[in-house]
Amino acid sequence: MIAQLVIDGLLTGAVIALGAIGITLGLAILRFANFGYAELMTVGGYAALTAVLAYGGTGAPLGPFSFGGFLAVALAVGLVVTALVAVASDVVVFRPLRRRGAGPLVLIFASFGLALVLRHVVLLIFGTQPEYYSREIQMAVLLPGDVRVMPDQLLVLAITVLALVALWWLLNHTRMGLAMRAVAENTPLARACAIDPEMAIRWTWIVSGALGALAGTLFGLTVQLRPEMGANLLLPLFTAAVLGGVGSIPGAVIGGLLVGLAENLSVLVLPTSYKATVPFLIMLACFLLRPKGLFGK
Amino acid sequence: MMGTLSYLVFFVTVASLFAIATLGLNLQWGFSGQFNAGVVGFMAIGAYTYAALTAPAQHEHVGGLDWPVIAALVAAMAVTALVALAIGLVTIRLRTDYLALATFGIAAAINHLALNLEGITGGGRGIAGIAKPFADLPPLWFGLAFLALAAGALLAVYLLLERLVRSPWGRALRAVREDEVAAAALGKDVDRMRLTAFVIGAAPMGLSGALYAAFIGYVSPYDFLAILTFQIWAMLIVGGSGNNAGAVLGSFVVWALWSLSGIVVVLIVPTKLQVQGGAIQAILIGLLLVAMLIFRPRGLMGERLHSSPLLRDDAAVRH
Repeated sequence: MIAQLVIDGLLTGAVIALGAIGITLGLAILRFANFGYAELMTVGGYAALTAVLAYGGTGAPLGPFSFGGFLAVALAVGLVVTALVAVASDVVVFRPLRRRGAGPLVLIFASFGLALVLRHVVLLIFGTQPEYYSREIQMAVLLPGDVRVMPDQLLVLAITVLALVALWWLLNHTRMGLAMRAVAENTPLARACAIDPEMAIRWTWIVSGALGALAGTLFGLTVQLRPEMGANLLLPLFTAAVLGGVGSIPGAVIGGLLVGLAENLSVLVLPTSYKATVPFLIMLACFLLRPKGLFGK
Repeated sequence: MMGTLSYLVFFVTVASLFAIATLGLNLQWGFSGQFNAGVVGFMAIGAYTYAALTAPAQHEHVGGLDWPVIAALVAAMAVTALVALAIGLVTIRLRTDYLALATFGIAAAINHLALNLEGITGGGRGIAGIAKPFADLPPLWFGLAFLALAAGALLAVYLLLERLVRSPWGRALRAVREDEVAAAALGKDVDRMRLTAFVIGAAPMGLSGALYAAFIGYVSPYDFLAILTFQIWAMLIVGGSGNNAGAVLGSFVVWALWSLSGIVVVLIVPTKLQVQGGAIQAILIGLLLVAMLIFRPRGLMGERLHSSPLLRDDAAVRH
């Protein structure tokens, strides 16, 4: 029973971790709490769905999984569309505000407004009913300790690990990653070293948009797609980012896993209907006991 | 004609209820710079307090207390203020963006409680049979009488808050908003002032929720969703934060736009897509919020700038 909850928690946590990285990059480099970020997950998930619907499914199921090879193409579509939406939102909304010297609070307001627009555009196009990439049946895999997982879920864990390795390489072994980290550390100093902060900001939107799309698609694959899925994940994502320490990517990952675990293990002590309140309680505890988070500077 | 009149009465009544909440937010944000992203939570507390004190016992929840309307309205404000005090004591020292997160989460948690504490809130079924003042009058007269109540409450809240922000305390509050360190250096108790503003600002939100419950006669958790918070915020931003008259004007303007777009949606969108029609209104609110921030950050009526008469250019002439 507990082993099953732990596995489920890690699975929830993996998706939260991917999203929390986007949040923490935003807090460190864009320097505001982007309440619209979770909607990028919704946009990415539904962009991939659009590709799947246009193709007429995901193709014949691959091995033990529920979906066919076309889902990889759909994911790529989702990544590109979401990165474009993210960059466009910066160009249209956030850059003009930045140029005017607007404070982080104005940016937060704008992100709230943008979130409303994005979520309801998705709702307008796709309706309120839940959507799935595939309705194929898959057989659960029995792991030691009487734990059952779906092959799709194991794949989600593997893809999360791959994405984290790719991100680590991107940030530590490319000029773009160096520029992003430099701007996060000290913008005037970065500018003095001939790093264009606007360029770093654009890449931050692209990277965090793509991560959001990946998280949204993986969520859609293992749970379901709904227009309000991003909005419902907003508090868990921010909790993970704050718990891990703002700006720390390993922190966001560990924070995400902890939030996922806590949410799933909470059913041992709390009624199930309060499960969704658990991330908020963690956030509050974190604000009170350790506002800089586990790995914050 | 009667239809138009009764719609107009309904419109002004609801706009007045929104304006009461917006005025409360204006004290928290406009005058003291505290980002409350959980306005709807405080409105819900006011509404449920009023409902619990006046509704008969039904299903499994408590009731039958039969409080008089005025006493229940006052109690709703008091309970909301007490909850705000508890929340404020915990969150007052948070960075502003963390305060936004915390209050956003608190509103979500209050909604969870409303759904799950069936003994007090009736859960998803909500509470029906809430005391409606003037309920024994014919419909149009009920509407007019309730409008008088709502408008009277709005006027009272407006006058009290105007008085408050023009007082020395109000000036000190703006000083805290502009520069905490300087205000502290001048001997102002920054935390205490912010907390007081947060609590006083929450009370009108509770009143607004309670009056809404009294107007409709029914509350459920689905009346208090996060989008309501953004409607109130849009009202304040459009009207102009830091200006109480602007807050009231913004409430009427945004509610008018919301209602008009609703009518247009009903006229042009096919019936089976009406759910999506609500999405169009939400998109408009979002666009309005973003457009105001980009093109007119001061709102329709921005804050009046105050300066000492001695510093004005013409001061030398007069003295």
